[in-house]
Amino acid sequence: MDTRTSASDHGQAAAGPDTFPRWLMHHAKARPQQPAMREKAYGIWQTYTWAQVAENVRAIACGLAQLGFKRGDRLAVVGDNRPRLYWSVAACQCLGGIPVMMYQDAVAQEMVYVLQDAEIKFAVVEDQEQVDKMVEIQPEAPMLEHVIYDDPRGMRHYTQTLLMGLDELQEMGRIHDRNQPDFLDSEIDKGASDDISIMLYTSGTTGKPKGVCQTHGAFIAAARGAIQFDKLTDKEDILSYLPMAWVGDHLFSFAQATVAGFTINCPESGETVMNDLREIGPTYYFAPPRVFENLLTQVMIRMEDAGSLKRKIFHHFMDVARRCGADILDGKPVSGGDRFQYWLGNLLVYGPLKNVLGMSRIRVAYTAGAAIGPDLFRFYRSIGINLKQLYGQTETCAYVCLQPDGEIKLDSVGKPAPFVEVKLADNGEILVKGPMLLKAYYKRPDATAESIDAEGYFMTGDAGFFDADGHLKIIDRAKDVGKMADGTMFAPNYIENKLKFFQHIKEAVTFGAGKEFATAFINIDLEAVGNWAEKKGMAYSGYTDLAQQSAVYELVRDCVEKVNADLATDPNMSGSQIKRFLILHKELDADDGELTRTRKVRRNFIAEKYGVLIEAMFEGRKTQFIETQVKYEDGRTGKVSADLRIEEVKTFAPQAGKRAA
Amino acid sequence: MDMTDMNSAAATSPAGRRQGEVILDLQNISLRFGGVKALTDISFNIREHEVRAIIGPNGAGKSSMLNVINGVYHPQEGRIFFRGEERKKMEPHMAALQGIARTFQNIALFKGMSVLDNIMTGRNLKMKCNLFQQALWLGPALREEIAHREKVEEIVDFLEIQHIRKTPVGALPYGLQKRVDLGRALAMEPQILLLDEPMAGMNVEEKQDMCRFILDISDQFGTTIVLIEHDMGVVMDISDRVVVLDYGKKIGDGTPDEVRNNQDVINAYLGSGH
Repeated sequence: MDTRTSASDHGQAAAGPDTFPRWLMHHAKARPQQPAMREKAYGIWQTYTWAQVAENVRAIACGLAQLGFKRGDRLAVVGDNRPRLYWSVAACQCLGGIPVMMYQDAVAQEMVYVLQDAEIKFAVVEDQEQVDKMVEIQPEAPMLEHVIYDDPRGMRHYTQTLLMGLDELQEMGRIHDRNQPDFLDSEIDKGASDDISIMLYTSGTTGKPKGVCQTHGAFIAAARGAIQFDKLTDKEDILSYLPMAWVGDHLFSFAQATVAGFTINCPESGETVMNDLREIGPTYYFAPPRVFENLLTQVMIRMEDAGSLKRKIFHHFMDVARRCGADILDGKPVSGGDRFQYWLGNLLVYGPLKNVLGMSRIRVAYTAGAAIGPDLFRFYRSIGINLKQLYGQTETCAYVCLQPDGEIKLDSVGKPAPFVEVKLADNGEILVKGPMLLKAYYKRPDATAESIDAEGYFMTGDAGFFDADGHLKIIDRAKDVGKMADGTMFAPNYIENKLKFFQHIKEAVTFGAGKEFATAFINIDLEAVGNWAEKKGMAYSGYTDLAQQSAVYELVRDCVEKVNADLATDPNMSGSQIKRFLILHKELDADDGELTRTRKVRRNFIAEKYGVLIEAMFEGRKTQFIETQVKYEDGRTGKVSADLRIEEVKTFAPQAGKRAA
Repeated sequence: MDMTDMNSAAATSPAGRRQGEVILDLQNISLRFGGVKALTDISFNIREHEVRAIIGPNGAGKSSMLNVINGVYHPQEGRIFFRGEERKKMEPHMAALQGIARTFQNIALFKGMSVLDNIMTGRNLKMKCNLFQQALWLGPALREEIAHREKVEEIVDFLEIQHIRKTPVGALPYGLQKRVDLGRALAMEPQILLLDEPMAGMNVEEKQDMCRFILDISDQFGTTIVLIEHDMGVVMDISDRVVVLDYGKKIGDGTPDEVRNNQDVINAYLGSGH
């Protein structure tokens, strides 16, 4: 059993307040005139200082109290990242209530579940759109008594008695505050570090969503650890644009901002985020890999259209950056010539590029939530953006591992964060313990008991291992990890991710548990491979035709070989190299039940449906006939059939000494 | 006109909008181009705060009607009363001064200018500083510009076009250009807004957006809206009263329900042996 903790410290330095309302009041006194929040409205960034935020939170809290909000009541908060919604969260906490964050793009019926589960009486919502949903589902959630809306636009003709504008609520609160000036302070005094500060619902990929109850203490510890780890100050600027109901936003935009006292910036609308990012120029940034990928794609498309001289300069200096950029960022030794070239490149390419991306001022950027492609990751690091990965989940305040500056590895998620203890179970499952663990799943003692073991470790359900430098590598969901016939670990998702990082491969499904070697189904990316085929002058009639062309098989074989070579360098994985593969005759589709709606492969379903193909691969046949039923979007069904070729791939001898079995 | 009469005549509008007095009254309008009769003896009125639709098949005289209201065409016969006063002579710029703004079927915007600048042109009539002051960027001109820019930003916010604020209009898709055109008209803070086929060439989603904006304008600013539209479905949903024209004649006038059940209208739209 392998247990690691953060090298930097043990026992938290518990300086400062122990609940979020106390932190807020602390900042209102310590730095009243410093900007706490900005919001772009009417084309201008409007600033709210800490003193103003505290005053507004006070008014909302007193207003809620006047409406009858009691200690322990739940307050639903739904909407885009608006300052007043963040204030509502804080106001609810002041009263000892529990804010329940809900995704603003959820349809009304999905909201019913949360409203019923958390028995919500009060909701603060952003606008008419959310009000409509609340009004629609109110009959199904009759305990809902008050719906307070931020934006009054379009609300003139609503006569429902449960509705109230936030302005009105604040006005009511101010009067309440004047009449009972000590009320709120005494409420804040009643709060304890062990009180639940927030409820975030898990996405519910397995069964019904569960409400994760986190305490003030947990999020404050997570925030404090990250602040200390990356030396964040009250001068940071971040852009808050990810859903408020996501644990990442709550950690970065609420917990860290409230503890460190830095400024959060709310974009004007979802469509202006890129522009607003440029105007703000955040110093600290958090985005899922998808966002970084989109940015890079945009840059590349624009470079394709640039003049030949510009293109040449760009590509030359990007080569330089690839060669030495990341090393310079990590402070590793780099030759004088390269340093000079990089300096020049910074002047001509990287600097202006970062400026266009709004990343000139970034000191630390994080990505999490999904695996990030190595090329993508390297690109940002090479142009001097300190992009790092972190690992965590809702139940751990998104705070388990962080990559330390100067020790960045593409395929690890870093070392255990301050105050966190990480342990590996015998089956490779990652277990964590620390102050940031959830208090409980709401009203689900069974689920709570299941996820926390007798020693107080939270079972993440992810499998991983520590590499030689003590960095945690995430492999897969623990339940998916199997063993091959010779006992080598087989982590399908890990290999599939590596395959999917190639632009020509859209989906991959690997098989190998209990077998001598591994095999893979491949889905080519029709757009990328189609472009490639067009450039080569190849004719094809559609997906099925293109997928079976031998040139395409060669293209894919190259990719698979590269993955094999990569796996060979890893002693734990070298046995799971892919020996045979085939390209499927149809794209895996959620309508056919092969993918989930969030585009994750449904491994068991596929294994059953395409059993003959898997058998053929392991038996070493050269081709295999298959006929499959497909469902069209209009509900009709049809049949697709093809003779699929099965090809062999080169495998590599394990490098760097395979661990003795 | 007393209150009871007003309420009974104006029927209840879908959103329960308040409707005021007659703001524009057209009596026996006839318009000819040489020997071609574009409009023949048409009378109807427009009430304050209502959404009034003019519909009809191609060539029915809808745009001509709008141009009469706007002062572009001068009818040979008939009288027009604006707020109870008879119009004698009328030019388009006078219509603008009286608070009548319009959008165009084929979008009249400056393609090379940004969305902001285009909407700013709608503020032209409201600017008081002279050319000299504006050129020198003197104090009053600066203050005025800021005040107008604030108004323009409110419109940008209202129409939800923040993301294209600085994009040249020519680079925008058609549906958004239409929205900018509406913004330019709104910038005049009109009392009557004339919309010439605001939904032409739009997809369903864009149409829904436009409907919402039209209803919001009526709701929030109380602007009287006259709209010409081909799409019967849209018109019936958002208008308070509908005038139907065919071959330059009025064949129907009333609430959407009344018009829908009018035999002449059915014939004109579905065709009949006439």
